[in-house]
Amino acid sequence: MTTPVELEQTQVDPALDLVADETGTEDRPWLTIVWNDPVNLMSYVTYIFQQLFGYSREKATKLMLDVHHKGRAVVSSGSREKVEIDVAKLHGAGLWATMQRDT
Amino acid sequence: MVGQIRDLLAARVAATPRDELADLTGVIAGPTTAPTDRVLARLLPDFHREDTGLSGGMRALHEPELLAAKDGAAAVVLETCPAHGGRIRLSEEQAQAWLTALNDVRLALGTVLEVTEDMPDELPPDDPRTPHLAVYHWLTWVQESLIQALIST
Repeated sequence: MTTPVELEQTQVDPALDLVADETGTEDRPWLTIVWNDPVNLMSYVTYIFQQLFGYSREKATKLMLDVHHKGRAVVSSGSREKVEIDVAKLHGAGLWATMQRDT
Repeated sequence: MVGQIRDLLAARVAATPRDELADLTGVIAGPTTAPTDRVLARLLPDFHREDTGLSGGMRALHEPELLAAKDGAAAVVLETCPAHGGRIRLSEEQAQAWLTALNDVRLALGTVLEVTEDMPDELPPDDPRTPHLAVYHWLTWVQESLIQALIST
């Protein structure tokens, strides 16, 4: 099993975070992260990125290679609601995806 | 194997407690905790790596539709796969369902076989996983062929 890269965690003031979430004024978007795993095929991951996000073959291939070589890649970003839906779609396709706040 | 995936998904649905509010509104909330079964846990990962509260909320919201989609894909395979083998023609939509369902089977098998990136094509003959690994590799070949067919259309 491939060991994913550990992410640095940043402490967020929950009150501040809540205000930012509600007003949308916070400058840090949410990120959709795809993690490397030993089962999903490179061709399949590329294909799914194209299908779900409408990315070009080139962009989808680059993201797939980032996942493969670096252990993870940010594949989309935006509001929490958007990223939440992206993660759910990736789970539907069997990819190992998570969401997190940009640091 | 596709049927076994459906059984696993159905067991997860059955294990979800019903609540009166869901019965009234028709909006079904999924469980807030990850499955303890390692195959189901791989098919239904957490939404966030550290924030269990957020993960639980997202799971409750999205798991029912994910379970239904995976079960739907598996059902398409069972409906379109000829009982005695032979050639089949799939619409693009059916082919997508096959891709999803085949991948779920590979994820399940890969989890049980503890497949790694540097796993050899063949394990020693006395390894109990050897016959199953051959099935896994065959499924990989089928999936790869299907992807190439979809890309070229």
